[in-house]
Amino acid sequence: MKVRVHVSLKPGVLDPQGRAVHHALEGLGFSGIEDVRVGRLIELDVADGTSDEALDEMCRKLLANTVIENYRIEKAA
Amino acid sequence: MSFRATVVTFPGSNCDRDMAVAIERISGTAPLRVWHADAELPDRLDFIALPGGFSYGDYLRSGAMAANSPIMQSVKAAADRGVPVLGICNGFQVLTEAGLLPGALLRNAGQNFICRTVALTVENSQSLFTSGYDTGQAIAIPVAHHDGNYYADDATLDRLEGEGRVAFRYAESVNGSARDIAGVLNDAGNVLGMMPHPERAVDKAHGGTDGAALFESVVKALVEA
Repeated sequence: MKVRVHVSLKPGVLDPQGRAVHHALEGLGFSGIEDVRVGRLIELDVADGTSDEALDEMCRKLLANTVIENYRIEKAA
Repeated sequence: MSFRATVVTFPGSNCDRDMAVAIERISGTAPLRVWHADAELPDRLDFIALPGGFSYGDYLRSGAMAANSPIMQSVKAAADRGVPVLGICNGFQVLTEAGLLPGALLRNAGQNFICRTVALTVENSQSLFTSGYDTGQAIAIPVAHHDGNYYADDATLDRLEGEGRVAFRYAESVNGSARDIAGVLNDAGNVLGMMPHPERAVDKAHGGTDGAALFESVVKALVEA
């Protein structure tokens, strides 16, 4: 089973990487960009039947730092 | 007097030897060395140091994988028993990731890796790590980090300030840290994490010796205990 975990900085937490990408996009002439946030995509290939609880625990224990990051689990079809 | 200290080495630690040399210079006893995959710490420890570096390549987040390595269970247990634990730079990141200290370390606000000596203010000289300083004292300690931007929510920051748990503050904004915090203590006062490197400031050949008082404070606390 393929699982995607999207990890992103919480709103309000400064994202210097996103800011740098924002500047670079504007430097390329793109306008109207309100904000850029850079996150991380983690793709897992796990045994069928891996429970939602186990996936959630993986996120809370290691994949995301819930002090500064949000995460979203997406099961690929 | 023998001072039983240990330095934990993770894959990617690169300040472990500096830390060991500093501890031996100040205490007179070479620390025992422990590897991340070890499950047990030496017994009867007086001091545990988590050194700087790039544990596990910092691949997921700085300090995240080290915080979940086998030895950290023993470090947490020792910290709970009151053993002094010092985390420097990556060691500070490991301590926050392990939940032994509040907050988190974000990428430096300016995106740059910062490597220079910075001015710090000692905010609290009442802790076992800082008794050798005066409150308000200005000291110079080197920093070398990419992810030293301390973050915690306002309620946590207010609590840290109110409880005297901000040990060191940058005298100027260095990396974007909330309230210019450079080092924080846990609520029991026996765990200190800081981004600057006191172990790189214990010998005149380093260009300064302002870090020595930190290690002297810990050794003195043991003698008085």
